[in-house]
Amino acid sequence: MAFKTEPMTINIGPQHPSTHGVFRLRVTFDGEVIVDVEPIFGYLHRGSEKLAEERNYVQILTLTDRLDYTASMTNNQAYCLAVEKLLGVSVPERGKYLRVMTAELQRVASHLIAVGFFLQDLGALATPLMYAFRVRESILDLFEMLCGARITVSYMRPGGVFAEPPEDFWPALRRFMEEAPGLIEELENLIMENEIVVVRTKGTGILGIESAIANSVSGPVLRGSGFAWDWRKADPYDIYDQVDFDVPVGNNGDNYDRFQVRIEEIKQSLKIVSQCIRQIPDGLIRAELPLVLRPPAWQESYGRVESPKGELGFYLVSDGSVAPYRCKIRSPSLINLHVLKELLVGWKLADMIVTLGSIDINLGEVDR
Amino acid sequence: MESFLENNGMYRGIYCYFAGNEGNGLWCKGLDGILPLGWEWLGYFIAGFTIMLILVNGALLGAAIFVWGERRILARIHKRRGPNRWGPFGLLQPIADLLKLLIKEDLVPTVADRLVFTLVPVVMLMSLLLSLAVIPFAYNTYLADLNVAILYFVAVGSLSTIAIFMAGWSSGNKYAMFGAMRSVAMLISYEVPLVMSLVGVVLIAGSMSMVDVVEAQHVPFILVQPLGALIFLLGISAELNRTPFDIMEAESEIIAGYHTEYSGIKFALIQAAEMAGVLAASAVIATLFLGGWSGPVFSSQLGAVWFLLKLTFVAFVFVWIRGTFPRLRIDQIMAFAWKFLLPLAFINLMSTAIEVYFFGFYNAPANELGVITGDELWVMAAINSGIAVVAITLFGRATRDKMRPNPVKLHKLEPAGTVLGVN
Repeated sequence: MAFKTEPMTINIGPQHPSTHGVFRLRVTFDGEVIVDVEPIFGYLHRGSEKLAEERNYVQILTLTDRLDYTASMTNNQAYCLAVEKLLGVSVPERGKYLRVMTAELQRVASHLIAVGFFLQDLGALATPLMYAFRVRESILDLFEMLCGARITVSYMRPGGVFAEPPEDFWPALRRFMEEAPGLIEELENLIMENEIVVVRTKGTGILGIESAIANSVSGPVLRGSGFAWDWRKADPYDIYDQVDFDVPVGNNGDNYDRFQVRIEEIKQSLKIVSQCIRQIPDGLIRAELPLVLRPPAWQESYGRVESPKGELGFYLVSDGSVAPYRCKIRSPSLINLHVLKELLVGWKLADMIVTLGSIDINLGEVDR
Repeated sequence: MESFLENNGMYRGIYCYFAGNEGNGLWCKGLDGILPLGWEWLGYFIAGFTIMLILVNGALLGAAIFVWGERRILARIHKRRGPNRWGPFGLLQPIADLLKLLIKEDLVPTVADRLVFTLVPVVMLMSLLLSLAVIPFAYNTYLADLNVAILYFVAVGSLSTIAIFMAGWSSGNKYAMFGAMRSVAMLISYEVPLVMSLVGVVLIAGSMSMVDVVEAQHVPFILVQPLGALIFLLGISAELNRTPFDIMEAESEIIAGYHTEYSGIKFALIQAAEMAGVLAASAVIATLFLGGWSGPVFSSQLGAVWFLLKLTFVAFVFVWIRGTFPRLRIDQIMAFAWKFLLPLAFINLMSTAIEVYFFGFYNAPANELGVITGDELWVMAAINSGIAVVAITLFGRATRDKMRPNPVKLHKLEPAGTVLGVN
């Protein structure tokens, strides 16, 4: 009797330790090798876009916190930019600096989660994760000082930021800026050159540059493929044209490059923050705006930022009332997922988990 | 039978307490037993069962302490605190865990093969406890001094593979099946270098009995057999599915692998078997490579202390590795076994065989054939260390160079209006 083999279909998720939320992959395996992948999502759909139509312009801010809950600051920022364009107001210089500073701290925190869980997916039993979370915790402490919340911050407002930082914020931030580079270097030394990390991630999950552009991928995934594109440089919002930083890009577009790009971006973000501390002017933190915002009817605007995951955009249409007529969210995690099948087919189960980790999706944002 | 047990101090002590001189005057120097005349045969049973009771409970208690220790050490590595609430330093945490698991519902999936599913924890724990039988814990203290102890350890050790495959097959779960297939593929591969690495020890000691191996170690065999010790450590890590070889229960990939469907007391038993498996492996490494119960001073009186110290150290190394390394992929693990460990094991075996022939037979006086003295062991240690360094460097470089990372490029971009191209 001849042996016969047949492919096996497995549901990875929605409850799975490393799908980073309630993400589901229906995967067909031939032994260990992936034959077919079908991502299925929507388990965390909360209808943020529709809810936005029922709320006024300031209330929507709290919805944006809950999109990518690991990077609330940048979500706030993108939304506020869109509203400001709609209203035609300009933000005071100090407000802009505070926004950029917090957004960059948030980028560090988000990238640390990405790197930590990426290594956790590789099987490093929580050690790098804990090292990453150590730094993230102090960032969250800083956020708590600023606005009282750690995750869902709602710190930024249309026209500026919520409040002037308390007095003890600045010494705490300086202390953090002194400690953080050392701690990140420690994490880097711990794991970057580790032989197992290198053989697991180098050359796996390769995303070609053409394919990345064709699929409209953005953020560290795009830059990992070697394409230097960053909205902070290409279309500088707030005060990104007044700070000096570099855009790291990878060489091969594999998992290792995406991982390394994130580590480099953490360093660049810290560089931006220290420049902000030096350059921040005195003055107002928020433009004078009425309590209830009423943009003129049938205007549209698109505010976008380079969020830690990629290009995050808010498209708003006003109808003259206190709530937008339409609020469309361009979430980078969802669009970055488009390349998943291309990255996974032909690779092994273990590579699948790692590649998914290196794309760094956030289900709050994918499902909105 | 009697001569087989005569040297066993543990056995003899208990036997003499019960049976006394009447059983065998040669053993129990003038002691009166508490059993009446004609009941000496009961002494054998009592002694045997007592030792087994001590060993089984000791192993399980050791596993509980190891669980606590592992969690504490991992917590320190993670810069956390670890369990510290229940009992002094959280020492009672494993007991609390066990109680929790005991009162949990013991689920068996409807699609599972009930008999096989239930047998798995038993087979697993059995294979582990069997392997403890041959380990000398102190001077003259062991359950059995088999003349094929090393072979026996390898043989009963691989029984756990069968248990794992039974678990995967009977669970009726695809993740469990994945884990089982991985484990079979991997364990069969790792069995080969594992056994090969032990042959060197057997050659030098001239015996497969663990007791003889300990007595032959004038120099700890980790110095004489550095390659062998390394290969054995890696191979036994794979057997025990510890990182970086824990693909059969890779949490981030296949949930819990073969024991995905286990709950309650069955899960507790599987965990206990795994943890005690680490202890058994540490005990074997301590015995074969670190000199067992022999220490710098008071070897015969404080043998158990030396042995426990060494065992703890090896167990710590296992935890340390677990806290430090990520996991390899299945094909890389297989390649590592066949392309790296196996050639190294052969090199080790060849060099050891030549040295043993040279020192033990070619150069030896007629009355010392096969005996290798301490001085000769030092010479062998020097030679083998050199061979180990050269072999690992050569093999390591051959497999590594292609995979070194390229550094990330940093781009100086100009704001707004820059023409962006493909870099």
